[in-house]
Amino acid sequence: MSAAVPVPAATVAAAASPWREFASSYARSRIAVAALIVLLLILAVAVGAPFISPQDPYDLKQLDIMDSKLAPGGKSGAGWTFLLGSDDQGRDMLSAIFYGLRISLGVGVLSTVAALAIGIGVGLISAYKGGWTDAVIMRIVDLQLSFPSILIALILLAVTGQGVDKIIIALITVQWAYYARTVRGAALVEKRKEYVDAALCLGYGSVRIVLRHIMPNVLPPLIVVATVQVAHAIALEATLSFLGLGMPITSPSLGLLISNGFTHLLSGKYWISFFPGIALLVTIVAINLVGDQLRDVLNPRLK
Amino acid sequence: MLAFILRRLAQSLLALLVMSALVFVGVYAIGNPVDILINPQADQAEIARVTASLGLDKPMWVQYWHFLTAALSGDLGKSFASNVPAVQLILQRMPATVELALVAMGIAIVIGLPLGLWAGLKPDSFAAKSIMAGSILGFSLPTFWVGLMLIMIFSVWLGWLPSTGRGATVEVLGLHLSFLTWDGLKHLLMPATNLALFKLSLLIRLTRAGTREAMVQDYVRFARAKGVPENRMVSVHVLKNILIPIVTVVGLEFGSLIAFAIITETVFAWPGMGKLLIDSINVLDRPVIVAYLMIIVFLFIVINLLVDILYTALDPRVRVAGARA
Repeated sequence: MSAAVPVPAATVAAAASPWREFASSYARSRIAVAALIVLLLILAVAVGAPFISPQDPYDLKQLDIMDSKLAPGGKSGAGWTFLLGSDDQGRDMLSAIFYGLRISLGVGVLSTVAALAIGIGVGLISAYKGGWTDAVIMRIVDLQLSFPSILIALILLAVTGQGVDKIIIALITVQWAYYARTVRGAALVEKRKEYVDAALCLGYGSVRIVLRHIMPNVLPPLIVVATVQVAHAIALEATLSFLGLGMPITSPSLGLLISNGFTHLLSGKYWISFFPGIALLVTIVAINLVGDQLRDVLNPRLK
Repeated sequence: MLAFILRRLAQSLLALLVMSALVFVGVYAIGNPVDILINPQADQAEIARVTASLGLDKPMWVQYWHFLTAALSGDLGKSFASNVPAVQLILQRMPATVELALVAMGIAIVIGLPLGLWAGLKPDSFAAKSIMAGSILGFSLPTFWVGLMLIMIFSVWLGWLPSTGRGATVEVLGLHLSFLTWDGLKHLLMPATNLALFKLSLLIRLTRAGTREAMVQDYVRFARAKGVPENRMVSVHVLKNILIPIVTVVGLEFGSLIAFAIITETVFAWPGMGKLLIDSINVLDRPVIVAYLMIIVFLFIVINLLVDILYTALDPRVRVAGARA
C-alpha cells in the first residue's frame, strides 16, 4: 500500500531511519495521532495518580462524610471544589477515577502481557512438536474459543472467588488460547521457510531455532493484536467488577466505581457512575484507535 | 457425510464430558455451603448430619459419579437455598431470557441489515462512514455501561421507560410473555436494545462486507446489463447471496447472546436465568451454578454441532476438508 503513495522529498531524506518512516506513516491519520496523545495522557495520569490527584481517595483521614454525594462543582466543607462531584463516602470522583485508571490499566496490561507470553510459548511448542502434543493443545484451544470469554471468566471467578490475583488469572485464561492459535499458525508457516532449513543445516538445536529464528518472525503482528486486546481485557475486567465478581472493594477499578454509582443512579446522582464510565470509554476507544493504526502501518496484509 | 457427523457427535460428547468434570470439580472447590446453610451455633453432630444429607461427606469422584448419573436423567441436584430442583429453577427463568435474546436478535437484524446494506452500497458516503463509526463504538462500549446510560436517560431524566423488571406478562401455552402487553413491551425495550447493540454492530459489518463483495460479482453486472432495476437487484439478487453467511452467524451468535444476557439482566433486574446465576454465585448455591453452566455448555455444544453440520451440508468445500481431517 505504501508503495503506491508517492513519497515526498522530505521523507526520502528521513527514510534512512525505520523509526522515522514508521512515525510518518503512523501520522497519516490525524485521528490516530489524537488517540495516541490521549492514550499517553491517560497513561501519565495512571502512573502519576498519587501526585496529581487533588485527594487520596482511600485515605480515610482526608474524607468527610459531610461532603458525600456532592454534585460536580460542589464545594467541600474545607472549601475546595469537587470538579466531578463526590461519591457516597465523600470521596472526590476525579481522584477516584485517577486511581481507578491506574488499577484498570495495570490489570489490563499485566494480564495481556502474561497471556501473550503463555500463548507464544504454547503456540510455539504446538507448532514445533506437532503430532499428539499439537492435537491435544489445539483441541483445548478450540474448546475454549467456542465459548464467549465473559462466560469462561465468570465460571472461573465463581470458582476462585474475588481478588486482584484471581481476576488477573481469569483474564489470562480467557486470552491465552487466542494467542496460542495465532502463534501456531504463523509458526507453522515460518517453519517451512528456507532460513529454518539453513539453521538446521548449521546444526543449531531446536530450542535455539524456535527462540532465536522463528519467534522473532512471529512476534510483530502479535504485539499489534495484543495492543487491541488490552482494551478488551480492561472492558472485561470492568464488566466482571460491575457484576460483583471482579476486583475487591480494596482495589477500586473503574468498573467497581461504576458499579458503586449504579445504586445512586436511580436517585438522579448520575456523576458517580457517569464520569468513571467516560474515563473507561475514552481509554478503550483510544487504545482501539491506536491499535488499528499500528496494525495498518506495520502489517497492511491484515487489513 | 454420516462418518463426519458421527465423529463430530463423538467430539461433542467428549467436550460435554470434559466441561462437566471441569465445572463440577471447579464449583465444588468453592467454600463450604454447610457454613452458609446452617445456624452458626449448631454442634458437630448437626453439621455432620447436614453434610451427609447433602452428600458432601463422600469422596469427590463418588460425588461426581452421582452427579453424572443423575444428570443423565435430567436431575442436576436441588438448590441449597430454595430446596427446589435446580433444573426446574432455571427452566422457570429460561423463557424470560430467551424472549429477551430473541427480541434483541430481532432488533439487531431489523436495524443491522438495512444499515449494513446502505454502508456497503455507498461506501464513500457520509452516512456510510457514520454507520461504520457507530458500529466501532458499538463494539468497544462495555454493554453494562451502555445499559446504565440508557437507564439514566430514559428512566431517570425523561421518565419514559421503567428501569427494572419484566412488567405485565401474558400467558401463552404456559409461557409468560412480556412483548404482548404494552407494559411488558415498555419493560422489554431498553434491555433488548442494550443486548442488541453488540450484535447490531457485528451484523452491520458482516452485511457491509458481503454487499461490497457481491456488488462486483458477474451476476450483478449481468443483472444490470439486463436492465434489472437497482432496487430489485439489491433486494433479490444481492440480499439472497449475502444472506447465507449472515444466517449462519445469527444462529451461531444466539448462544453468546444468552451468555451476554447475564450482564443485561443484572443491569435491568430482568428476571432471567443470567440474573439467577449471579444471585446464586453470591450465595454459593452450587447446584444452581452447576446446572446453569451445564445447560449453557450443552446449548453451546449443540449450536456448534448444528452449525458445523449445516456448513457441511451447504458448502461442499468444507465437506472435503472435513473428510480428510
